[in-house]
Amino acid sequence: MIRVVLPYHLRRLAGVNGDVMLEVAAPVTQRTLLDTLEARYPVLRGTIRDRDTHQRRAFLRFFACEEDLSNEPPDALLPDAVVSGKEPYFVVGAMAGG
Amino acid sequence: MSQVRALIGTKKGAFVLTSDAKREKWDVAGPHFGGWEIYHVKGSPVNPQRLYASQTSGWFGQVVQRSDDGGKTWEAVNNEFRYEGEPGTHLWYDGTPRPWQFKRIWHFEPSTTDADAVYAGAEDAAIFRSTDGGKSWNELAGLRQHDSASKWQPGAGGMCLHTILIDPANADRLYVAISAAGAFRSEDAGQTWRPINRGLSSKYELPDPNADVGHCVHRIAMHRSRPQVLFMQKHWDVMRSDDAGGSWREVSGNLPSDFGFPIDVHAHEPETIYVVPIKSDSEHFPPDGRLRVYRSRTGGDDWEPLTRGLPQSNCYVNVLRDSMATDSVDPCGVYFGTTGGQVYASADAGNHWSAIVHDLPPVLSVEVQTLP
Repeated sequence: MIRVVLPYHLRRLAGVNGDVMLEVAAPVTQRTLLDTLEARYPVLRGTIRDRDTHQRRAFLRFFACEEDLSNEPPDALLPDAVVSGKEPYFVVGAMAGG
Repeated sequence: MSQVRALIGTKKGAFVLTSDAKREKWDVAGPHFGGWEIYHVKGSPVNPQRLYASQTSGWFGQVVQRSDDGGKTWEAVNNEFRYEGEPGTHLWYDGTPRPWQFKRIWHFEPSTTDADAVYAGAEDAAIFRSTDGGKSWNELAGLRQHDSASKWQPGAGGMCLHTILIDPANADRLYVAISAAGAFRSEDAGQTWRPINRGLSSKYELPDPNADVGHCVHRIAMHRSRPQVLFMQKHWDVMRSDDAGGSWREVSGNLPSDFGFPIDVHAHEPETIYVVPIKSDSEHFPPDGRLRVYRSRTGGDDWEPLTRGLPQSNCYVNVLRDSMATDSVDPCGVYFGTTGGQVYASADAGNHWSAIVHDLPPVLSVEVQTLP
């Protein structure tokens, strides 16, 4: 099972507490992971990536294994540690404040 | 006795304020969707328990929320706003072509006859319609495909369709206003549109001050008993049309400034209108630091300041275009919200004011429902 950590606002929108556990069919990529996430929680469609182009929304980032995967190709395989559930996949809101 | 419910959209959530018809004591519920920008919340006139809310975020985009119990509980419905066909381009601030791109919903206008039907005004400017309570949306593309659309240009707040009016006597007749394209009218339920900007003059904003399109219309209002009479707060100038937008004349009269954003009409007196003068487009605060609503009982030209209960010194808030509303209690209640987070209400048509709430996030929109 893959462990997905959503930002606060998306957890509330999806109505989930804590991490989301997802079974994702191989090959496990950012695209297939996010497809699975959106299929489970349709309310998240359009909130993480564009509905049509699947381009990541500008102020979101994707982290895993202490790496920023935001600009990696969406069809690149995710690290084994994410696939095995050892490490979570983070959807993160970019920092902003004042 | 009637109940009054105010629906407040703010930069950090939605609030639902309720009172009895005396409008002296208010219960405040919220924030709903805390942390999100709530551009607009509006109830269906057919089923007042049905509310639509535009929930937006620079991080997460657009969400549409619907309530069927007057705002106690909410359900996210469809957020898919897809432009019909090839979107084409409009002009960007620098005059270069820019592809149409959906950003957010500024305004919902529920149908006057069907609780499941609702119009939505979008940035980049377009009008969408749902006939299933927000489960799906379709663009009424005739507006965005108007011959002039490739020349439309955003105002400072974005190229937003912020005003939608439905003629209460003829549901096929719709009006919209776009910053900064101007006002448009449809006679066929939104299939085709024509600009209705004759008489508007924008000499500081447009190279041709009297152009057919390009005017920065901030708000249009009508009284339901006289839908052919329209009142407009333009960027500069308060305007009036007596022929459904066919022509406009200025009625700014003795206002201290004719710049401003909202305009609204008394519920029982179709010639009584309200504006909130703002100093200028460079200084978005009230003249002299005095927050004054101006009322005309003559449909414009002659205006009186309404100040009792409003701050008359050191006040530098703004009042945004969708942040004024009236109830239909007798005497008519008038409401407006500020960028300082106050919502002011008058239970006597503007003679006296008090703040229902003082310290909300900046107010983006105010709607009021009068419930049996």
